[in-house]
Amino acid sequence: MIQYIPYNIPFIAVALLVGIALYILIFKRNMVKIVMGVAILGAAVNLFLVALGYRAGGVAPIYTVSPQGPMVLPVPQALTLTSIVIAVSIIALMLTMVMHTYRHTKDVDAKKSRTMKG
Amino acid sequence: MLSKIVRTISDQLILFILVFGFYIITHGHLTPGGGFQGGAVIASGVVMMIVAFGSNQIKKSLRERHLAVVESSGALIFIGMAFAGLGTTFFYNFLVGTPVFGIIPPTGPNPGNLWTGGVIPLMNLGVGLKVIAGLSAVVLAMALFSSGEEVEE
Amino acid sequence: MRQIAGWILLIVLVAFLISGALSMHPFGYPPSDMDDYMIENSQAETANNNVVAAVLFDYRGLDTLGEATVLFTAVTGVLLLFRALKRKEKGS
Repeated sequence: MIQYIPYNIPFIAVALLVGIALYILIFKRNMVKIVMGVAILGAAVNLFLVALGYRAGGVAPIYTVSPQGPMVLPVPQALTLTSIVIAVSIIALMLTMVMHTYRHTKDVDAKKSRTMKG
Repeated sequence: MLSKIVRTISDQLILFILVFGFYIITHGHLTPGGGFQGGAVIASGVVMMIVAFGSNQIKKSLRERHLAVVESSGALIFIGMAFAGLGTTFFYNFLVGTPVFGIIPPTGPNPGNLWTGGVIPLMNLGVGLKVIAGLSAVVLAMALFSSGEEVEE
Repeated sequence: MRQIAGWILLIVLVAFLISGALSMHPFGYPPSDMDDYMIENSQAETANNNVVAAVLFDYRGLDTLGEATVLFTAVTGVLLLFRALKRKEKGS
């Protein structure tokens, strides 16, 4: 069992993942890579919510044949379920727009799709 | 459409995936799981059938208007259970104490009883139906658009 | 020119996030007053063994209603976009 982690390492990992996702969103021009950056941003927020409610040496918050010990907080896990479903909906809508744009201009560059007519 | 070995194995494997998904949906108030997780498992089984058999053959069995009826009935079950407790407040758990789903379990760790939970197992069923129909319709529409150029009614 | 502005913005944002991560509560000992009440009184009030399901559908049911609405809207939007292309090809 892990009793003491120095310098809050999981929260620093969340900050680095958000940094990688922002680098992809600012500097890349391929449309499929931009959708991947939005997916990494959603995953980083889910990791932050789950890491907020951890108790040292804890067990799962379910009373059916559970072992001894203090229970982990249940409210951040319920908020994470909602966040996962909303991230899936956002990615589905973005992929639909990417498919329609590729069918019109035959190119996946994000700068050439600004001069669409009709 | 892939080779004959893949088609035979996926025919046999879809039954175990369906049973496993319905077990996760039904026992959502005793073990980890619930409506969203079980619905995602069954939708992944439908995606496996689309990859193995081709989208033109699955389109003859899963029409779009049947999937729309299933999704709307799942949403109506969820809202109906919320409105049925309107005697006290909006989302009131009115089945605690009655012998239908409302046996109160003893405090502390215990082997679970299926008839506990109040109004929560019926809400799990509604959300599970909605997630199955929604994710299957989205993947089927994308596969038909990018492979066959056929009209989708 | 755009490259330099992009790099400055990225470094400022990541430094702000890391300084925020270093000044949070120590990992493993969170403050918990509402969750202690939910763990204690969940079996008597909602007759349920699973505390996470009781929080999702009974104590915080309005959030689940909003999320079901978002899922329904996204599925309707995707199916609507794939239908407009067929009518535009056949009509005009």
